[in-house]
Amino acid sequence: MAESGRSPLYLARSSYRRRRLIDAQRLLPIFLFLLYLLPLLWGGSSQDDPIGGGVRGYVHVFSVWLGAIVISGLIARALMKAETLEDASRDFGEPKQTTTSDQSGDQGTGDL
Amino acid sequence: MLPFNILVLACLSYAGFLFAVAFWAEKRAERGELGWLRSPMIYTLSLSIYCTAWTFYGAVGYAARSGLEFATIYMGPTMVMIGWWWILRKLVRIGRTQRITSVADLISSRYGKSTTLGVLVTVLAVVGTTPYIALQLQSVALSFAVFGLANPGRLVLPDLNNTALWVAAGLALFTIVFGTRNLDANERHHGVVTAIALEAIVKFFGLVGVGIFVVWGIGDGVSDMLARIDASPVTNVDIDGTRFLTLTILSGAAFLTLPRMFQVLVVENAEERHLFTASWAFPLYLFGMSLFVIPIAVVGLDVLPDTSNPDMFVLTLPLKYDQQALATLSFLGGFSSATSMVIVAAIALSTMVSNHIVMPIWLSSRKEGATVVGDVRSVVLLSRRLSIAGVLALGYLYFHFSGGSEALAAIGLISFTGIAQVLPAMLGGIFWRGGTRTGAIAGLLIGFTVWAYTMFLPSFGDAAGFTTDLLTHGPWGIDMLRPQALFGVEGVDPVVHAVVWSLALNTGAFIVGSLLSFPRPVERLQGAQFVNIFEHTGSTRSWSHGTAEAEDLLVMAQRIIGASEAQALFYAEADAQGKQGYLPDPTPQFLERLERELAGSVGAATAHAMLGQIAGGLVVSVEDLMAVADEAAQLLEHSSQLEAQSEELARTARKLREANEKLTVLSIQKDAFLSQISHELRTPMTSIRAFSEILRDGSAGTEEMDPESLTRFSGIIHDEARRLTRLLDDLLDLSVLENGQVSLNWSRTNLHDVIDRALVATEQGLEGRDLIIERNEVSEHIAIETDADRLAQVFINLVANVRKYCVNDAPVLRISARRLENDHIQVDFTDNGIGIPAQNQTVIFEKFSRLSDQAKAGGAGLGLAICREIVDNLGGSISYLPGQGGASFRIDLPRVHTKKR
Repeated sequence: MAESGRSPLYLARSSYRRRRLIDAQRLLPIFLFLLYLLPLLWGGSSQDDPIGGGVRGYVHVFSVWLGAIVISGLIARALMKAETLEDASRDFGEPKQTTTSDQSGDQGTGDL
Repeated sequence: MLPFNILVLACLSYAGFLFAVAFWAEKRAERGELGWLRSPMIYTLSLSIYCTAWTFYGAVGYAARSGLEFATIYMGPTMVMIGWWWILRKLVRIGRTQRITSVADLISSRYGKSTTLGVLVTVLAVVGTTPYIALQLQSVALSFAVFGLANPGRLVLPDLNNTALWVAAGLALFTIVFGTRNLDANERHHGVVTAIALEAIVKFFGLVGVGIFVVWGIGDGVSDMLARIDASPVTNVDIDGTRFLTLTILSGAAFLTLPRMFQVLVVENAEERHLFTASWAFPLYLFGMSLFVIPIAVVGLDVLPDTSNPDMFVLTLPLKYDQQALATLSFLGGFSSATSMVIVAAIALSTMVSNHIVMPIWLSSRKEGATVVGDVRSVVLLSRRLSIAGVLALGYLYFHFSGGSEALAAIGLISFTGIAQVLPAMLGGIFWRGGTRTGAIAGLLIGFTVWAYTMFLPSFGDAAGFTTDLLTHGPWGIDMLRPQALFGVEGVDPVVHAVVWSLALNTGAFIVGSLLSFPRPVERLQGAQFVNIFEHTGSTRSWSHGTAEAEDLLVMAQRIIGASEAQALFYAEADAQGKQGYLPDPTPQFLERLERELAGSVGAATAHAMLGQIAGGLVVSVEDLMAVADEAAQLLEHSSQLEAQSEELARTARKLREANEKLTVLSIQKDAFLSQISHELRTPMTSIRAFSEILRDGSAGTEEMDPESLTRFSGIIHDEARRLTRLLDDLLDLSVLENGQVSLNWSRTNLHDVIDRALVATEQGLEGRDLIIERNEVSEHIAIETDADRLAQVFINLVANVRKYCVNDAPVLRISARRLENDHIQVDFTDNGIGIPAQNQTVIFEKFSRLSDQAKAGGAGLGLAICREIVDNLGGSISYLPGQGGASFRIDLPRVHTKKR
């Protein structure tokens, strides 16, 4: 991949996008983890509710879960497209290859 | 109420259906029609073996006891999957490039192909997985019992033990049939994976079906359900924060290290791209499996009597409302989750046991090494099959003797913690080059010991000597060593206590051990390979000076990866080196590649040891390592173009060298031939001249020659003239063939008939040595379009050669014919003589080349040259096949004649 130590310092627009998508993919589990632990701060001895108890905790955990899945799916989709573009430009030596559109369409259906 | 017999019938026909699906998928894969069999969705579904019977039945029980905490078990893997770019991507890449066969192989391979580590991880995995398999058997037996209990009139109460035994036997059969079809663990088990994907769907709909029934059937829609949840005791307990956090991390760790998960995640991964889809689809699957767990638990506690087991709510709820179809679906779902887990776990464990325990023992018990002994493949396959049966037997015995009374969740967590001990060595191995074998061994041993002491053995209670007295006062009254309050850490949940202590001490020992020890060269090479997997995927070059004989290597490779595969590999390598035939130069690169191929079948450590027996220079020295490093630094300066050019040059040079060698040999042989051919021509000439002079003088002289002598002399002249003609005929034939002027008589014929003709023809007229012919006549019946006379001529020549040159006292000729996929046919003629020495193998097809000067040879060394020309004209090729025990010739012909050139 493009991660070798000798890759250029400044990248073209498409490669730059791809890098940021990877950043997002890497950060996502960390945000998920923090949000998921949030119910531990609710309730407790000073309040009437038990820690993280009640339907509130249930709804929260499962909403965060679903949200992370949706975002992860979107990132994966975009990354896959970027990867195909990159492969194509590497194969044909032309960065804007139009034939990739049907390939990414393929993956679009694969996603569903 | 559902009759119990019908349930058994449903269960059996479902199992039969799974067999059929697996069989169908295997057949399809065999024909190469993979299609969606290797789609990312199948990959995602196969990951669902994470959800075992523990999820299907146990999650509801867990939720009924501890509320939301059950979700930690699914949240951990969700985070690992969503964060796949961190760890999974690297693991999968390493698994694919290094041809890793199991989690034990990964650890062993990373730390210098260490056998000790392989054994250690294997033992840990077997100990950790056995209770888990027992748990699956127990849950299936229990679910049968639920139906039996609900239905006492129909049938006697099913015996839990018998049920479990039958299930275990059936699973062993399935796994052996579909799990050991191919030796190379990196080849996919399409049948198993497809069946598991199907089971994934069944269990998903089983659980979701019950959930929907609970929310909309028993309850009154979403808002009503939310109100019920809020009021239920399930959500009215404090969440224990430390437990919550620990279990999330633990389940994430176990997701990576469980042998069965590693098998489907890494080993069975067909394409890295599948991770893109799995990264969100698998969390979605887990989400769906977990969503209804709390509602089911809430309603179950609400409507079912207090005495009912919460672990079985998924079954007892539909049964209470007399929903037979739903109950059956749910039962099949539970059955699916138990069986799919056991199947994959058995495959993964059997690979580990056979590669890391059986093979090393077997290898060291053979002093001669891998080259001399018989077929290694059958040994490996047998040991895998026995291991599968053994693993299932262990699981059954554990179930039988533990009595299976514990809550499902407790066993699951013990198993998770045990196998998670691999995590420090695994993560340290792929992210830290400083991790060493010593550190990994120390960490694993300490983690394993602490786990056994604080968690595994106490779970047996008195039976293992862990009495309440010991638990409260410690061994010999030493307070510090209390199993559940180690070093005076009191008041902590036992699970958290065990997880934290075992993993902390494990990691500590791994780091300290690594910092203090010095790695061996192979470890450093492998470490750099694993950690920097994305930077250079080239070879590690752990073979410095190959002293191996290519032919020995071929013999060994044939025995492990199979004859045709090995031949193809060697042929391709020789081709890449610019050589002809099946014997490439044993360069370090080739040895490396060969070792990796073998590792796919028998694991890295065993492959390394086997190759070491042949190649000699097993150990790389530090100097070699430095040389490799220097070389790498220099390579960076070269552009890839230069590299390609130099490679091309090397290839050309090798070709030239080979051509030159061949020319020199030929020139010598030609000289020898010239003197011989003149001799051969001269001898008959001399006698013809001498006898014709006698005849001439006799008829002119006074003495009448008696008719007897007359006949004798003219007979001699005739014979000698015939010998001359035959020699000249051969030469003419060859020159016609060589110039391509020969007209071939193409016709359709049966290969079997041609071989028959050749055998009949060679039976007569030659001295009476008995030649035993071994052939498989059925496989020879192949319709072929060729020139039957010419082909028969080739066969006759080969058979005659065996008669003439095979030095064995009881010569045996084996003829084997097969049809290839590319519509070619292949015929091998193999004898049991001494074969042809490697240095002569390249010249035997040249004209006038004769290996022996034996008088009885009687030919001029034209036979094989003519054969080659004929086969060439027929559009095929003939080659010498080394490493078959004797001399072996392979003829490769197109089955149908195509107008060529």
